[in-house]
Amino acid sequence: MNPVLLQIIYAILSLFVILNWGLILGGITARITARVQGRIGIPVWQGYIDIIKNYFQRTSVTHGIMFYLGPIFRVAGGVGTYLFIPAIFGSVLFANFHFAGDLLLVMYFIFFGQLGMALGAGESGHPYSAIGVSRGLSQMTAFEVPFALSVIALAAQYHTLSITDIVAAQQGGIAHWTMVTNPLAVVAGIISFLGMTMHNPFSVVIAPQEIPIGPPTEYHSSFLALLQTNRAIFNVAKLVLFMNLFFGGATTIWGMLIKTFLLYMITVIVGVSFPRFRVDQSIRFFLRWPTAIALASVVFAIVRTQLF
Amino acid sequence: MSEAKILGTDDEQLDVSGKTRSTMRLPNLDLPEEDRELYCDARPKAVAPYRGVLEKFANWARANSLWILGFGTGCGAIELRPLMTSRFDMYRYGIQPRPTPRQSGVFIIGGYASVKTLKRIVRSYEQMQNPKFVLALGSCTINGGMYWDSYNTINRIDHYIPVDVYIAGCMPRPEALIAGFGKLKELIRAGKAEGANQYAENFDWYKANQKRIIRDWNMPDYNW
Repeated sequence: MNPVLLQIIYAILSLFVILNWGLILGGITARITARVQGRIGIPVWQGYIDIIKNYFQRTSVTHGIMFYLGPIFRVAGGVGTYLFIPAIFGSVLFANFHFAGDLLLVMYFIFFGQLGMALGAGESGHPYSAIGVSRGLSQMTAFEVPFALSVIALAAQYHTLSITDIVAAQQGGIAHWTMVTNPLAVVAGIISFLGMTMHNPFSVVIAPQEIPIGPPTEYHSSFLALLQTNRAIFNVAKLVLFMNLFFGGATTIWGMLIKTFLLYMITVIVGVSFPRFRVDQSIRFFLRWPTAIALASVVFAIVRTQLF
Repeated sequence: MSEAKILGTDDEQLDVSGKTRSTMRLPNLDLPEEDRELYCDARPKAVAPYRGVLEKFANWARANSLWILGFGTGCGAIELRPLMTSRFDMYRYGIQPRPTPRQSGVFIIGGYASVKTLKRIVRSYEQMQNPKFVLALGSCTINGGMYWDSYNTINRIDHYIPVDVYIAGCMPRPEALIAGFGKLKELIRAGKAEGANQYAENFDWYKANQKRIIRDWNMPDYNW
C-alpha cells in the first residue's frame, strides 16, 4: 500500500484510540473526584453520552463565520497537537507525523486552538465569553514562560528539538529519564502543565460559578459536542507530550496508558486539594517560582553539557 | 452584537401555509425601532424527530444526559442544591447542572413564578435548544398553590411554557425531584417529551398569554 496512505490510516486509528482514552480518563477523573467528595459520581461513560446528546440536538443558533470557525480551530489545535507527537516510541501505528523540529510545532499548536477559540467566542458577543477569553489568554501567556524555558533546557540537554530523539535519549531505565537527569526542568514543566489543564487552582478561565462557563458560554449543540471531543483529544495529547519529554516516553500501549493516567492524577490531586487562584494571582505565581526554577534548569542543563 | 441566525430554518418551509414571508416574520413591535434590526425576527419552527432506531438512540442519550439550567426561579430552587450533595448525588443519574441556557436541556421551575420572574423564565426557556424539557416543581406551578390569589404571581405555568412533568407538593423533597427526573426519563425514552415542538406549533397562543401578563415587554418576540 502507498506509505503515505498507510500513515494517514495509522494516524486516524491512533487518534481514535486517543479520543476514547481521553473520554474514559475524564470519566475516571470525575469518578475519583466524586469519591473524594463522598459521592458515587457520574458513570465512567458519561462523556460519550453527553457528546452523543449534543450532536443530536435538533436546533442551533450561530452568530457569524468566526463563531463557526472557533470550535473548528479548537479541534484543529487538539488534533494537530496530537498528530505531531509520537505517542509510543518505536511503534509504527502510533508514530504519527513526527519530524526533526516537531517540538516547536507542537508548542505552537497547543496555543493555536485557544487563539482560534478566542476569536470564535468573541464573535458570540457574550460579555462572559470576553472575560473568559481575556483571563485564558493572560494565564496562557504566564504559564508559557516556564514551559518554554523548560523546553529550552531539554533542547540544551539533548541537543535536539525532535520529540522522538528526546524519547530515544531517555531509554534504558528510570535513571535516564529527564525526571532524574534534569529534575528542575520537570518541576517547572509540570507546574505549567497544571496551568495548561485548567484544573484547580488555575480553573478561573472556565469557572462556572463566576463567569457561567467562560469562552464557550454561547456554544451549544454540535458546536459544544465538537469542543468536548477536542477536550478529550487535547488532554491526552498534552499528557503524551509531557510523558515523552519528562518521563521516558512509552514503548507499549499499556506503558502509555499507565504513565498518562498517573501524570493526569497529579493534576487531579492538586485540583481537589487546592482552591482557585484569581487570574492576577495565577499570573504572579507562574512568573515567580516556576519561572525561576525553569531558568535554573536551563543553567543546569548548559553547565552540565559544558562540563561533561 | 451580530444578528443571530437560525440554522436549519428554511424560508420556503415557512411559506407552506400560503402566507407571505413578511407576515410570517415576528414584528418585534415592543422593541425601539432602531433596535429591531439587531434582533432575529424568524419564528421558531417545530423540528420533526428522526424515525425508528435513530430517534430511539437519540432519546436514550437525551434521557441519560440531562443538563439542568442553574436558574432558581422560586423558593423551590432550595431543593435543587441538596441534589448536588453526597446525600442525593444526582450526577449518578446523568443529571448535571449547566450555567448557561444555551447548553442546558432541562428547566426546573422552582415553585411560584412571579410576574417579574416569568419574563426571565420565558427568556431563558427560549434560549434553550430543541429538544428541551420542563420540570414544574411544587403546587404553585400547577394551580398557584398558596399564592393562587396573589396579585403578583401566575397560577398555571403551562399557560406560558409547555411542561413535561409536574412534581406536586409544598415543598416536594429532593427525593420527589429525583423521582420526577425518573418520570421525565421515561417520557423522553418513549418520545413523548416534545415540549419544544409543542411550543413552536402553538407559538401564538403561548406568546399571547405571556404578553397578557408581562406588561413591560422590552425584548424581541422570540429570544434566539
